[in-house]
Amino acid sequence: MVEFALPKNSKITTGKTWPKPEGATNVRKFSIYRWNPDDGKNPRVDTYFVDMDKCGPMVLDALIKIKNEIDPTLTFRRSCREGICGSCAMNIDGINTLACIYGLDEIKGDVKIYPLPHMPVVKDLIPDLTHFYAQHASIMPWLETKTNRPAKEWKQSIEDRKKLDGLYECVMCASCSTSCPSYWWNGDRYLGPAALLHAYRWIIDSRDEATGERLDELEDPFKLYRCHTIMNCAKTCPKGLNPAKAISHIKQMMVDRAV
Amino acid sequence: MQYLTDRKRAQGLGSGRTGTKTHWNAIVTSTLLVPAVPVFVFTVGAGLGGTYEEVLAYFSRPVPAILTALSMIVIVLHTLHEVREAIEDYMHGVSERMATIAATAFAYSLIAAGLLALIKLAL
Repeated sequence: MVEFALPKNSKITTGKTWPKPEGATNVRKFSIYRWNPDDGKNPRVDTYFVDMDKCGPMVLDALIKIKNEIDPTLTFRRSCREGICGSCAMNIDGINTLACIYGLDEIKGDVKIYPLPHMPVVKDLIPDLTHFYAQHASIMPWLETKTNRPAKEWKQSIEDRKKLDGLYECVMCASCSTSCPSYWWNGDRYLGPAALLHAYRWIIDSRDEATGERLDELEDPFKLYRCHTIMNCAKTCPKGLNPAKAISHIKQMMVDRAV
Repeated sequence: MQYLTDRKRAQGLGSGRTGTKTHWNAIVTSTLLVPAVPVFVFTVGAGLGGTYEEVLAYFSRPVPAILTALSMIVIVLHTLHEVREAIEDYMHGVSERMATIAATAFAYSLIAAGLLALIKLAL
């Protein structure tokens, strides 16, 4: 059953306000969600002040600066810092995006940073993506073939290869799935936009020979048909992809083979 | 606590192998709503402001009566589909099944009552 209020132990309180950097003239305020599973306390929002004259242009630069110079306990994932690994996905200024490619100049006023919404939190800005990754694995994200392996390679025409554009670029950051209300309410059964985009990437691959089986596995009121074309996924995707379009193509293929 | 692997948890009971028919029916009723809603507004609107006898005479004609009946059926069935989607979204378990049964019973009762009223007006 849908819940309209947060459980008592999830209500966010006001946290610590860290001192402003001395002598700085260009200071920006950061409000950041904090939660530590070990202290038994409710989540809180800590306030930090960053000297923007000594900080890089991206949100991740500010987070790294805070961790290095102000509060080493601040916890977040990051790796490539150029939008390829998808590790630093978080909710910044109300938008799910990658901290490494989201410019601080795109945010007006104070910077508010929370973990990806509606996911269990491991600590601070780190969501638990275990179920998300398991759902991705369940769509068999690999080439399935029945024909004997060719001596050299599986061939693909330029036109068929182009069908994968807009799909293969997904970095599995989970920004789309965690922005989807259907995934919020039914994430245990609904695969969500990211897994479905990946499912379509393999369904539409001209070399794959398990199209029917893939569609069979997706034909379910919850796995696929919880998508109500809300389009939050397309709006929030930091890579500019359109999972809703991929899902609509899957639905179209379902109709094509049934009607 | 269940010691299930993440993969087993994600697979659940597997695919229900249904949903496409419901999806297609929603497309059909949505398409039919495009002409049905203006027809419904027009036919019901035509009776507004008239005397009892004029409305009776209007719905005694086969074309307005049949158009009103068809529009009503399409509108109620499409609404039922959307209500069931909302129930599946927000309710789970026994409450979901009970709500689905109640919504379906209410929708078909509405159609039956509407048709009976139309027949009484038309005949």
